[in-house]
Amino acid sequence: MHGPDGFLNAATAVATGAISAGTIGASIRQARTTLTDKQIPLAGLAAAFIFAAQMFNFPVAAGTTGHLLGGTLAAILLGPSVGAIVVTIVVIVQAVAFADGGLTALGYNVLNMAIVTAFGGWAAYRLFRKIFPNSAAGVVAATGLAGGFSVVLSAAAFSVGWLFGANTPVPFDTVFGAMVGAHLLIGVGEGVISGMAVGAVLAARPDLVYGARDLDRSQLANRKALSTRTFLISGFGVVLLLAVIVSQFTADGLDGLERVAADTGITATTQESMPSIFADYATEGIGNESLSLAVAGASGAIITLLVGAGLFSAVRLQKPRDKAMV
Amino acid sequence: MTPALRVSDLSYSYPDGYAALSGVDLKIETGQRVALLGPNGAGKTTLALQLNGVKEPDSGTVTGGNLALAEATIGEIRRRVGLVFQDANDQLFMPTVGEDVAFGPANLDLKGDELHARVAEALLAVGATELEHRAPHHLSGGERRRVAIAGVLAMRPDMLVLDEPSSGLDPAGRRELISLLQGLPITQIVITHDLPLALELCDRTIIMDAGQLVAEGLTAEILQDSELLHQHRLELPFGFDPSVIHSKP
Amino acid sequence: MGTGHAHALFLHEHSKIHYLAPEAKLAAGFLFVVAAAITPREAVWAFLLYLAALIALIRIAKLRFSFLAARLTVIIPFILFAVFLPFVSSGERIEVLGIGISLEGAWAAWNVFAKASIGASVSIVLAATTELPDLIRGMERLRVPAVMTAIAGFMIRYLELIADELGRMRVAMTARGYDPRWIWQAKPIAASAGAMFIRSYERGERVYDAMLSRGYQGSMPDLGHKRASHSDWRTAITLPLLGIIISVVALRIS
Repeated sequence: MHGPDGFLNAATAVATGAISAGTIGASIRQARTTLTDKQIPLAGLAAAFIFAAQMFNFPVAAGTTGHLLGGTLAAILLGPSVGAIVVTIVVIVQAVAFADGGLTALGYNVLNMAIVTAFGGWAAYRLFRKIFPNSAAGVVAATGLAGGFSVVLSAAAFSVGWLFGANTPVPFDTVFGAMVGAHLLIGVGEGVISGMAVGAVLAARPDLVYGARDLDRSQLANRKALSTRTFLISGFGVVLLLAVIVSQFTADGLDGLERVAADTGITATTQESMPSIFADYATEGIGNESLSLAVAGASGAIITLLVGAGLFSAVRLQKPRDKAMV
Repeated sequence: MTPALRVSDLSYSYPDGYAALSGVDLKIETGQRVALLGPNGAGKTTLALQLNGVKEPDSGTVTGGNLALAEATIGEIRRRVGLVFQDANDQLFMPTVGEDVAFGPANLDLKGDELHARVAEALLAVGATELEHRAPHHLSGGERRRVAIAGVLAMRPDMLVLDEPSSGLDPAGRRELISLLQGLPITQIVITHDLPLALELCDRTIIMDAGQLVAEGLTAEILQDSELLHQHRLELPFGFDPSVIHSKP
Repeated sequence: MGTGHAHALFLHEHSKIHYLAPEAKLAAGFLFVVAAAITPREAVWAFLLYLAALIALIRIAKLRFSFLAARLTVIIPFILFAVFLPFVSSGERIEVLGIGISLEGAWAAWNVFAKASIGASVSIVLAATTELPDLIRGMERLRVPAVMTAIAGFMIRYLELIADELGRMRVAMTARGYDPRWIWQAKPIAASAGAMFIRSYERGERVYDAMLSRGYQGSMPDLGHKRASHSDWRTAITLPLLGIIISVVALRIS
């Protein structure tokens, strides 16, 4: 979602701008150690591919269509750092040349659509790889789940941004519920397309899939189909977890959950329970403040952890490759 | 007289082990135009990429003029041996024609007015002066091909290696290309499937197959040897009577 | 969100704005939008002045208002969101034309509308008066890392080509009766995307070979593009200066 100018307040725009600039700056510095001259035209062509891929629609259900965001796909094909840089360039050019997304909104647009999806998606991918066998099918499954999850993560990140910078009177829990809820379905589409696309590349040119570098020829050739059970259980688990979190924010949500919270003493309703660094608009009218705070905190923590893990993983993976390239 | 290009016992295998070139020996005299024919997969493009050092041979040498291809000489060799790629879109990678033609000479440290003059000179040579500010994507196939040649000519090379220059051109575009190449007093290697073009443009012809040179001689003679052609998946166009072929006047 | 992007907004005209150096335009446009974004929404007078400035800008750039209006559709989802706010928000209510709406919601809607429109309008004028490669060059002069602008340069060169190839793949699939409605029928689309990635990558390798062939030594050569002159900067600064003055006054007053 390309937010326009003035959508979030100035402080948020500046803060996210600094975070994005810092992260991308660090990615460039670190990618430069392996970003040989050859990588620049390659990354340029990859960027053109991502941009073009975003323009085309795929069917979701009953004739409705969706569009690819491609952050996790870019990370798995090109590596998280280059992937983040490439999608950032796409987002920036979309704002500057096509007026899609405000110039002053680039901070949070880049953060949500490029950094969170590339690094967060990469970290999720590494996690999902651990539960699947080391084979082409495992890579595809992990890509699919990570891709889907990254979309939801991006929506959650947007909501957290809303918590700090809301310029319109819509409370955080409504935004979170609506954004994350809507993106659950979009995420399925993104995940499926990303997974199958990576599968297609793996079949023809496995050397072009950064995320599959750890597989050797025999593992790649292993055509054994993935245990459907593992895939369904993990996919289901992810969706279930998210649905539980989201559902408590929907209108007439699960009163049961609130009752549980009250019974176990989690709920502590005071007028000023939400810290004042949050935007007033985002905190007014919230159904259950403590639970919202908990979810906001948890989302923020998860996003930060995953993006950080993705960044860390990107650095860690460079080192053994560095030696190989000498 | 020093030949414009000499290739000695060149061998090259792809990273996956496939032997693309095996012991290629080649000599091109200055001012000659030589056609390089052969079936798809013969290694013609691979050989072309060896001639200016873009790909490094496993063994053997490439000498441009009196300069052997080595790490120290690679810059000068790349200036001397101008490669025109099969797909002009791969070669026109700058946003406008003018910037693309300027890319080569700018890498030779030309600047300012001198650079601009060189660009103008190259565009004039191919008849594309009015295309200077156009974007490559909006050019026709023939225009793109001419601009690609200009980009190479701008480096004032000693020889041109053209990879399938007439492919994708309509008959008029093809005619313009042939006139252009005929008018350039520069050594040329023309990789092509277009046998009439080879006959019209090139005195000598080399046939390559499976990474090796298999035949060499006057174009007219080679094109009349229908069995040789057939052996290497080559065939004259319908209506071309081999017995009536004669060298151009 | 993503459709119809391959056709840039550039309109060829001979206006003062068209001839202005890209880095000056980008900096000026960005600063003006910042000024508008920090202006308190209650200072409606300030936004009327911004509107006047925009109208002047559009006239000087020799653009038609219908063109701008057509391109402004990009912010319609947010305008629609804004329109709902007065009706769904809580808080003090006022009567407008016999309908009760939330005051807070109305102000918030105005805020979104005003700032989004100004921002999008500036972006559109910028894009309409500056060719894409020049925009990239402008960003580089404004200290965007050279790695990114180099990648962006290749991206915009090959975007239309790749979009066209992808489009042709889709046409070929449709011609063989492919008419997917559900996500599980989307495998051919994903497969074509995968194939397109491989082709793009391989083209990237050939482009690199072509760069090497013409003497590329690791950094893009200086092709002698003119930098922004002092007069360029002097001309460009008028807009953001106006914006800054107005916004500071508005902030002071509020």
